[in-house]
Amino acid sequence: MNLQNILSEIEKKDPEVLEKLDTRRNAMKRFANVSGKVAIASIPLALGSMFKKAYGSPTSPSDIIIDTLNFALTLEYIESNFYIQAVASGIIPAGQSLTDITVLRDHEKTHVAFLSAAITAAGGKPVSFTASQFDFTAKGTFPTVFTDYGVLLAVAQTFEDTGVRAYKGQAPNLITSNDYLTAALQIHSVEARHAAHIRSMRYKLGALVPAGVTLKPWITLNQSGIGSTAVQPSYDGEENVTQGGVTIIGIGGNTFITAAAASEAFDEPLTKDQVTAIVTPFFA
Amino acid sequence: MLNNEKNENDLALLLNGAKKPFSRRNFLGVMGAGSVLLATAASCKKTNNGNTSGVDLGSGDTGVLNYAYALEQLEAAFYSQVLATPYANMPASEMAYLTDVRNHEVAHREFFKAALGTAAIKGLTPDFSTINFADRTSVLASAKAFEDLGVTAYNGAGKLLVSAAYLTLAGKIVSVEGRHAATIRDLIMPGSFADSTALDANALDGARTPPQVLAIAGKYIKETINASNLPTN
Repeated sequence: MNLQNILSEIEKKDPEVLEKLDTRRNAMKRFANVSGKVAIASIPLALGSMFKKAYGSPTSPSDIIIDTLNFALTLEYIESNFYIQAVASGIIPAGQSLTDITVLRDHEKTHVAFLSAAITAAGGKPVSFTASQFDFTAKGTFPTVFTDYGVLLAVAQTFEDTGVRAYKGQAPNLITSNDYLTAALQIHSVEARHAAHIRSMRYKLGALVPAGVTLKPWITLNQSGIGSTAVQPSYDGEENVTQGGVTIIGIGGNTFITAAAASEAFDEPLTKDQVTAIVTPFFA
Repeated sequence: MLNNEKNENDLALLLNGAKKPFSRRNFLGVMGAGSVLLATAASCKKTNNGNTSGVDLGSGDTGVLNYAYALEQLEAAFYSQVLATPYANMPASEMAYLTDVRNHEVAHREFFKAALGTAAIKGLTPDFSTINFADRTSVLASAKAFEDLGVTAYNGAGKLLVSAAYLTLAGKIVSVEGRHAATIRDLIMPGSFADSTALDANALDGARTPPQVLAIAGKYIKETINASNLPTN
């Protein structure tokens, strides 16, 4: 089987095949790799996967977009299921607190519906989760999550701050699609509003806020403001004070821009792998 | 204030620092070549001939960054004035929040100024004559308007950027503006952090185009802002 000849034959019919596969050079390189490394019997399979990249629906750029939207949808499912159980737990004080958490629940449910519809519209298949697929004790790390209001808010804060960082990290994957990028940004800033509000609720409650820490609506250095090392991966990296090669501390001669202020002024992204590691314990 | 020499150093810093969070290749890919950033600034002056009353933001990613710089200048000037002439009986908690927000907005303004270097637009002159800084209601309503506007501005500008590195940087800032917006809203009315005056039926924040944003922000800036060379998609 001569792969180069097969490609040449196809190219006669479809001059753009190589562009669709990738650039010509990369395509050739891949075929060279395939020829060199893959056992002859599996070549049709390898060829099939390359053709799927070129012709299959979805094509590779929209694959990235749908994968990214499904990743976002997964996070929204976690948050919405968390708040559904939180509201149902009966431990949230009636009045403003219960009203606010109910608002968060409804926003996250709406995000689930919105992203599911967006993925379907993009030709993808939205992921779907049911309540029984989650374990909000995180395998026993937060055994009192729905019996202790302070723990409930601490976990909520971690989800919201993580969500902000997750969307931020995924935005570049959507850069080729104006509509999906904009929609993701429009959710991203809502998660930031949620995070700020939950942090204010925790400031007022005071529970699980370590002594000497003033919990603010924004993230100071890599402080979680939660007396638990389990949530630290959601905050590591937030202490960054250099942006695009520019040192932010004291910038422009403004000495009031301390390391704390410099870190607060910029939220930091998390990679998909980092987010996955953080949320995995919350799946049953 | 940075002089030109400092600005050029900042540009060099940005280009060299590109190896870390920035990819130098991406940056150059966007700009074509490092010197194009400077060339863009020069060509902007040409574009401005006959329109000396307007501040030209420029084109491409540079123009979008200048647009953000203009908005951050406005926000930083506003909170600086709030702290310089605090309303009567400002509670310590509100003073603390407003001081933090001032710090963040000044950091954003100075970041853009440094990142843009010689391509940066000039320092703008704020016009806060419609705001009563002695009145808590007026100050917080203005703060809310600026923060909500900033969120929609960044959300609408993301798609205008070509560079993924700049998109990430804008993302790092917009979520902090979202945190500000929620906090100011809660100061005005507890629980209004993300109500239906901010979000649409899909629980999404808004996204405004630069002309839409500047139509609102323009009344707080003495200079006319010329956004006609910004990308539109």
